[in-house]
Amino acid sequence: MADEIATAEPPTTAKTETLDKVVIRFAGDSGDGMQVAGSRFTDASALFGNDLATLPSFPAEIRAPAGTLPGVSSFQVQIADFDILTAGDEPDCLVAMNPAALKKNLKDLRQGGTLVINTNAFDERNLAKAGYDSNPIEDGTLEGFRVIEVPMDELTQEAVKNTGVSGRSVLRSKNFFALGLLAWLFHRPTEPTIEWARKKFARTPEVAEANVAAFQAGYTFGEATEAAKITFEVKPAALQPGTYTNINGNMALAWGLIAASQLSGLPLFYGTYPITPASDILHELARHKHFGVRTFQAEDEIAGVGSAIGAAFAGSLAVTGSSGPGIALKSEAISMAFMMELPLIVVNVQRAGPSTGMPTKPEQSDLLFSLYGRHGESPIPVLAIASPSDAFELTIEAARIAVKYMTPVLLLSDNQVANGSEPWMLPDVSSLDPIDVAFAKHANGRNGTFLPYMRDIDTFARPWALPGTPGLEHRIGGLEKEAITGNVSYDPANHQLMTDSRAWKVANIVNDIPDLEVAGDEDADILVLGWGSTFGSIRAAARRVRLEGGKVATVHLRHLNPMPQNLGDLLHRYEKVLIPELNTGQLRKVIRAEYLVDAKGLNKIAGEPFKISEITEKIVEMTK
Amino acid sequence: MTAPSYTRADFQTDQEVRWCPGCGDYTILASVQQFLAGLGRPREEFVFVSGIGCASRFPYYMNTYGMHSIHGRAPAIASGIVATNPNLSVWVITGDGDALSIGGNHLIHVLRRNVNMKILLFNNQIYGLTKGQYSPTSEAGKTTKSSPYGSIDYPFNPVSLALGAEATFVARTLDMDRNHTQSLLQAAYEHEGSAFIEIYQNCNVFNDKAFIQLTGKEERVHNRIDLEDGKPVVFDEGAKAVVLRDGQATIVDSSTVDPGAILVHDSTRPDPAIAFALSRLSHGPYGPTPLGIFRNVSRPTYESQLNAQVEAAKEKRGEGDLAALIASQGTWTVKDPSSNGG
Ligand code: SF4
Repeated sequence: MADEIATAEPPTTAKTETLDKVVIRFAGDSGDGMQVAGSRFTDASALFGNDLATLPSFPAEIRAPAGTLPGVSSFQVQIADFDILTAGDEPDCLVAMNPAALKKNLKDLRQGGTLVINTNAFDERNLAKAGYDSNPIEDGTLEGFRVIEVPMDELTQEAVKNTGVSGRSVLRSKNFFALGLLAWLFHRPTEPTIEWARKKFARTPEVAEANVAAFQAGYTFGEATEAAKITFEVKPAALQPGTYTNINGNMALAWGLIAASQLSGLPLFYGTYPITPASDILHELARHKHFGVRTFQAEDEIAGVGSAIGAAFAGSLAVTGSSGPGIALKSEAISMAFMMELPLIVVNVQRAGPSTGMPTKPEQSDLLFSLYGRHGESPIPVLAIASPSDAFELTIEAARIAVKYMTPVLLLSDNQVANGSEPWMLPDVSSLDPIDVAFAKHANGRNGTFLPYMRDIDTFARPWALPGTPGLEHRIGGLEKEAITGNVSYDPANHQLMTDSRAWKVANIVNDIPDLEVAGDEDADILVLGWGSTFGSIRAAARRVRLEGGKVATVHLRHLNPMPQNLGDLLHRYEKVLIPELNTGQLRKVIRAEYLVDAKGLNKIAGEPFKISEITEKIVEMTK
Repeated sequence: MTAPSYTRADFQTDQEVRWCPGCGDYTILASVQQFLAGLGRPREEFVFVSGIGCASRFPYYMNTYGMHSIHGRAPAIASGIVATNPNLSVWVITGDGDALSIGGNHLIHVLRRNVNMKILLFNNQIYGLTKGQYSPTSEAGKTTKSSPYGSIDYPFNPVSLALGAEATFVARTLDMDRNHTQSLLQAAYEHEGSAFIEIYQNCNVFNDKAFIQLTGKEERVHNRIDLEDGKPVVFDEGAKAVVLRDGQATIVDSSTVDPGAILVHDSTRPDPAIAFALSRLSHGPYGPTPLGIFRNVSRPTYESQLNAQVEAAKEKRGEGDLAALIASQGTWTVKDPSSNGG
């Protein structure tokens, strides 16, 4: 039987245990507001000064049938007093708002972990929907966990009864009750949540007050009933001094685009079609028209990229964004942008595929598609974001490359980066390097002619001449161009030259890419190479190996094409190379082909990130 | 600044024009160049965007800014140009396959949004560049290389389609009639918003004389219905007239109806129903066919509304401040532990 039960006995003071880190997962029906509860808990922790990382998980269906397993939505957050790298492998505390949430998540809860249960939801109907034959609260299923049973529906109803909400709105506040209870259990500050609720629901004050009342009731319930014998605190982390905000990857990417627009002086144009998990970039950008941002919700993916190509021709910082299936539709147009040599940023927020796959789950399976998934010889630059806090800077980098080299650039994100969040130390925006843009203003040929494919001697980029500029009228198109003049040409030698020139231009970008730096033990036998959102899990795994006395070096790629100059040397310096990827080994294939290195893979296609332990075990196994 | 004075030659490029000799595209090119030269607007302010097909070679022959893009996507690309620089005059050159098959989706959406671009659809009712397959405007039953037993596709009526998408300007003309073409180009140019012109264009190689009922000396007298604002819709030297019956446009002998019952054309009617009824008079150029402007109404353009939103946002919130933006979600400060701030 559970060893911690809410009682009505007079309160005694609960003991406080100090932890260096704790992982909490909120789980409930998708209508239960778990994402809100999770992100409020996160923000309160961020403002308190913890380091943290989050991982939301929600069903693809907007409203799967209530109470069922597919309808379960969850939000995991790890908070710590040191710099952590992931949202954690297994929760120390699980909030289960109904039987389905319990069923789906209990297997992940650490033995001895704390379980907060809304007992009101454990009626026969809900138990049956979740596939329970008997009530897990009573049948011993929960043995070995510290269980806090709370009749949350009843207590929420009681708490909000004087706030003016009625009917179905009453129980909507129960996530705030749970949040209040956890605020007590983990010593979180309460003001940020109360302030947020009042601001967020300013237009419906009764809802704001109901949420505040439920939140306070949850807190008081914990305090008054001694809901748990032990409460936990996690001290602020000793992060690098600076000002921080808690950011997810989609928002950081959107802000990176706005920053690139400001740094280049080019108005931002975002042509796109809604798709999970990229749509939030559109939502964020659409809010910021006062930055001169123009968003275009096109009729389809192709029109999204098409409109962006038009905007690029006319002189905007042009961007299109999507996820794998949408990028597939854009592929023809991306090749055209490569042929026309126009600057364009293509954002791919990867999700589990193929086809519709699992739209809300992370995967890194579009790498080969990004590198090679176009017709003809079209090697475009590819960058991959390592973590939510990396998104801002790398997005600016993508814009810089696109504009400097007059080329489309693929910027890879994924579900984990896009929706996960972590503290990000705000950069001093005045110290960001400007992005130089030099539009062609004058004829560059004899007799006042304009030569649209006359390349810059350093970058091989062609001039960017905007419609409206007198004297520079010219035509571009998908047909092969004659070098220099840009006229249509079927000449064999010219096609060879132009194919080579385009490839050289992109390969030449390597000169702008800093050398990779090895993290960890330079003298280890094993190098772990990663790219994209596995950054945190790999670094955390390496740290764990080192704590246990092992030696391991890690390197992370943000530039996938071209790859940093010193990568080959690094790879050959280590006896063993391990490449963990959330795919079947796509980077490994490229590395083996390009550098003739016998790299081994750790591959997972489960629609979820690596657990740190999975990587740790592989490293240990390989170094045995 | 004085308006530049141009001749047609100023709009020609040094590129050899590569359409089949006798192709209707030559005439349309000449009409467009002539028309633009007459406008006296600086050449650099024009952008021609095309897709793929014989017609889509057009931008290479126009000494303006231009883009020969990919199949069907010209309206989408042009949307990006117009949305970001409304000071340009943007023209889309397309064909029946380009606009109505592969690019059908973009066409209807650009028309409903009323993005300010002029769309010239060269309709030759055949695939020319790929050498003679039936197109979405080919007549049912047409025998081609890809339809040896006759096409079983029911054809589009491009004017009906554009009206169905609630385009604000819809017209039809003929390649051979340069004056008529230029008068429609002028009206389209003056129109604020998307203007759609279907141009019947003879492909003398794969579909010769498809429009003979409208171009033949004798035939055209009987079949050409010229739509002119404020005038009753009559043709065949006055012998035939168009009346509305049960909401449908119907051809009758003029002598059989009260002159007051004859439909008087008005392209500015807000409701597109009568324009649509007129478009149903023909299902291809095989008999009496209306030419001219079916619809010409005003509605705010996409780009004017987009830019108004940007301007209003700047007005209300001030020019964007990047430092404020990245701090907008709530921040906290970690102090240097070595300093006494503490
Ligand atoms: S194939 Fe037909 S449409 Fe194409 S250029 Fe020749 S005549 Fe003109």
